[in-house]
Amino acid sequence: MIDRLRQLSLRFASLFRRAQLDGDLEAEMASHLELATEENLRAGMPPAEARRQALIHFGGTQQAKENHRDSRGVPVLEVLLQDLRYTFRALRKDRAFTAVAVLILALGIGANIVVFSVVNTLLLRPLPFPQSQQLAWLAGNNGVGGLSDVTYRIDVFEEFQRSNRSFQQVSAFVPYYALSETKLMTRGQPRPVSFVWVDGSFFPTLGVRPALGRFFTHEECVKGGKPAVLLSYFFWQRQFASDPSIVGQAIQLDDLSATVVGVLPASFDFGAVFAPGSNMDFFRPLPVDQFRTWGHMLSIIGRLKPGVTVTQAQAEANILLPQLPGSDDENWSTDLKTTVSGLQDHVTGKLRRSLLVLWGAVGLILLIVCVNLSNLLLARLASRHKEFALRGALGASRGRLIRQLLTESLVLSAFGALLGVAFAFAVTSYLAHQGSIALPLLSSIRVDGAALVWTLLLTLIVGVLFGLAPGFTLSSGDLQNALKDAGRGSSDGREHNRMRSVLVVSEVALACVLLVSAGLFLRSFLRILDVDLGFEPSHAAVIKVDYDDAGSAARRSAILQDILQRVRAIPGVEAAGSTDMLPLDRNRSWDLLAKGKVFSKDVNDDAFVYVVSPGYLTAMGMHLIKGRDFTWQDSDTSEPVVIINEAAARREWPGKDPIGRLAQGIGDKDSRVVGVIADVRESSLEESASPAVLVPVTQQIPEGTELILRSKLPPESLAAGVMNTLRMLNPEQPATELRPVQQLVDHAVSPRRFFVLLVAIFAALGLLLAALGIYGVISYSVTRQTQEIGIRMALGATPARIRFGVLAKTLRLAILGIVIGAFASFAVSKLIASLLFKTEPTDPATFLGVLFLLLSVAILAGYLPALRATRIDPTTALRCE
Amino acid sequence: MNDSKLDLLQGTLDLMVLQTLAALGPLHGYGIARRIEQVSGNEVLLNQGTIYASLVRLQQRGWISAEWGTSDNNRKAKFYSITKRGRKQLSEDAAYWQRLSVVMSRVLAMPEEEA
Repeated sequence: MIDRLRQLSLRFASLFRRAQLDGDLEAEMASHLELATEENLRAGMPPAEARRQALIHFGGTQQAKENHRDSRGVPVLEVLLQDLRYTFRALRKDRAFTAVAVLILALGIGANIVVFSVVNTLLLRPLPFPQSQQLAWLAGNNGVGGLSDVTYRIDVFEEFQRSNRSFQQVSAFVPYYALSETKLMTRGQPRPVSFVWVDGSFFPTLGVRPALGRFFTHEECVKGGKPAVLLSYFFWQRQFASDPSIVGQAIQLDDLSATVVGVLPASFDFGAVFAPGSNMDFFRPLPVDQFRTWGHMLSIIGRLKPGVTVTQAQAEANILLPQLPGSDDENWSTDLKTTVSGLQDHVTGKLRRSLLVLWGAVGLILLIVCVNLSNLLLARLASRHKEFALRGALGASRGRLIRQLLTESLVLSAFGALLGVAFAFAVTSYLAHQGSIALPLLSSIRVDGAALVWTLLLTLIVGVLFGLAPGFTLSSGDLQNALKDAGRGSSDGREHNRMRSVLVVSEVALACVLLVSAGLFLRSFLRILDVDLGFEPSHAAVIKVDYDDAGSAARRSAILQDILQRVRAIPGVEAAGSTDMLPLDRNRSWDLLAKGKVFSKDVNDDAFVYVVSPGYLTAMGMHLIKGRDFTWQDSDTSEPVVIINEAAARREWPGKDPIGRLAQGIGDKDSRVVGVIADVRESSLEESASPAVLVPVTQQIPEGTELILRSKLPPESLAAGVMNTLRMLNPEQPATELRPVQQLVDHAVSPRRFFVLLVAIFAALGLLLAALGIYGVISYSVTRQTQEIGIRMALGATPARIRFGVLAKTLRLAILGIVIGAFASFAVSKLIASLLFKTEPTDPATFLGVLFLLLSVAILAGYLPALRATRIDPTTALRCE
Repeated sequence: MNDSKLDLLQGTLDLMVLQTLAALGPLHGYGIARRIEQVSGNEVLLNQGTIYASLVRLQQRGWISAEWGTSDNNRKAKFYSITKRGRKQLSEDAAYWQRLSVVMSRVLAMPEEEA
């Protein structure tokens, strides 16, 4: 056994000492022959005969060397090394081919690695928490509706936490992030910061341990406890320069002094999991008693007991919730309709379909790449036919020649993969830093071990796949014939041409499928951008404003009037108004009922609520259909008034004019409807508008204030003037940014934009490759037919006729590919139908568009060789034999 | 049949080399080849060159060792000698061959049945 191992290692080692070992053997053989010759001389032979006999007895010296190499080394490996050496030589000789092939492969494989990394991060890899499969998400109202529908009341959370048996731990946080925006007063100018209120058991439930310091103590979580904060790693890094001594120190948040009790680890990114596209700076213990009367405030997560499934937890929730004390409260209605799902499912479930489509698209790209390279290799092989025939004649077996071809294709795909990995590294690190794309876990996208294993697998598959087709034609063709007729113009390569045509047709068909899918997505995306938002995002900018009204509505009214008046005076500002929440940003909902209507548990009477100033409608570009805007005369002493949207009017006063009618649910007293506005997309561009109600800021307390400016000037040129004005009014105004309102829309469509962009890039790549394929085949066939064309032209064929012939051939291939591709696209478009927006999967415009695109690209790809064909000079062509 | 020499079975040459070295002490490749030819009474078909494949194989297994030296008539040559492990291997292989040849002669001695 040990002898065998020793032998094996020596065999491998011998591969690297080839020269030395060969030299040694040569010397030994030389001494052998001398000894033999000498002995023969002694036996009385003449010198020449002595030498000859010695050589005869020795046998073939070359053979002895080969034998020696085979027994001392690893013959398989040596053949491989030989093939590799030969491959490198061949590839170096044909630099243009090598460069194109490697580039195409790099694009194909790189795109696959990128998408695999995204899919791996979002779907395959578990969430970045220990035993994350145990983590579950609870959503009220079966997960349907705005934040107020899917969140929980404090009492429901507490009762459920106490009574359930499915979970090891149940915890919660407040997803109304606007409530927890404040400003950091420590170190320099006031800075806007955002934090999350979390239940004391939040981090233990997730299994996150602080990198520094400790979690909240029980005392810090109860009413009147000492204010404490846990910093996120990145905030600590950025704001406190990773200073560990910050733990235990107090920081000033607006008018609150809080102690830093710890720093969370770098691996924990709250935004990535729970609030895609946003960053949370720190965390504070949930003030349960403060929020008790605020209604639906909490998002609930839980860690299931080992062995308990989500289905079991769901079953328990269905039974348990209606039995909890207090469950007959009408406000519990949405909480009772709870859906339990795995946390991973909640975070990435909605993206599953899109990601699979993306995965499919890059798979197609890779197929096209394979087909394309098969084609290129075939063309190359045709010109190398003689070489192969010669090698065959010299004794290389057919298997050996095919192995040589496979070695070449594998080497190419390995180089392609290397470049592709580099490309993927660049793209993924770019993606990971795109904070503005509202995709969960985006920041943790990277090329990891799994992706590299996937790459290796792809490299092998691709290499074998595109190396096989040329291999087949090689094995089916007769090498002797090839040797005879290689170099003659017209008769050979029929087999090749058929194979290459099949390849081009399939390439066009695959590209067609990609283009149709991309076209459908693009059309959906355009439809979405076309959606009537109900407001004008262009020429509007928004800035968060800070002021202290000491809780007095009159004071608030005065401050806001002052701010708005001064801001409107800034040159270039056309209108200004304020709101506490922006559409497509965040939302909250309250009940809205026509007075006299009876409350029913089963009817959803929620409406999104916005607390706004007079002038807000104009500043946002919303359309007042009926009635009037608020005025500063609507105050806390006058009658409560509201403006509703059309959806609310339809629901509460169907068929009637709502103006002047009374509504209940907003505030303590009934409010009078004074205006109706056109529907506004509140939470998403893709869902129809829900009922909404605007309330004057002079009659309700706003959750923060967003100042909206309408101006033709770009926000950057306004920013300084606005900030000066605000600072003048309130020196504590934090240094917030004046953002274009368009950002809200961009953010809302960012996931779709992301997918559309990727699919479109893949489709463009597919189209390019298909065009290359067509060009290659036609161009090659023109070259092969030089002589034939020459004869035809000598016999009087016009250039137009020749051109037409070449183009007709191109179109035949393209049309066949398009027809097959169209059928395949029909099938594929059904699969992606649910991802489309207001676009039929059989959208004729898309199909026709793709048809024309492919045809024109095909004509273009065929036109260049056709042009070349007509430039052939008959005399040269006939002489070229 | 009389004219043709014996083709060597796989592995037999290795055994012959080991035995030769064990019996005669250190020898160079030519010497080994000559001894085998002589002992076999020129019955064995041996291209002398093939001996070197066998020698490198045995060397890699650690059964023989090699060293450049000078022959009796002052020629530089590589001398091979059997190692301790080689001797052990030789006794095992020799015993195996003897058993096999006894069995083979018994089997071949079987009388043919009358048809």
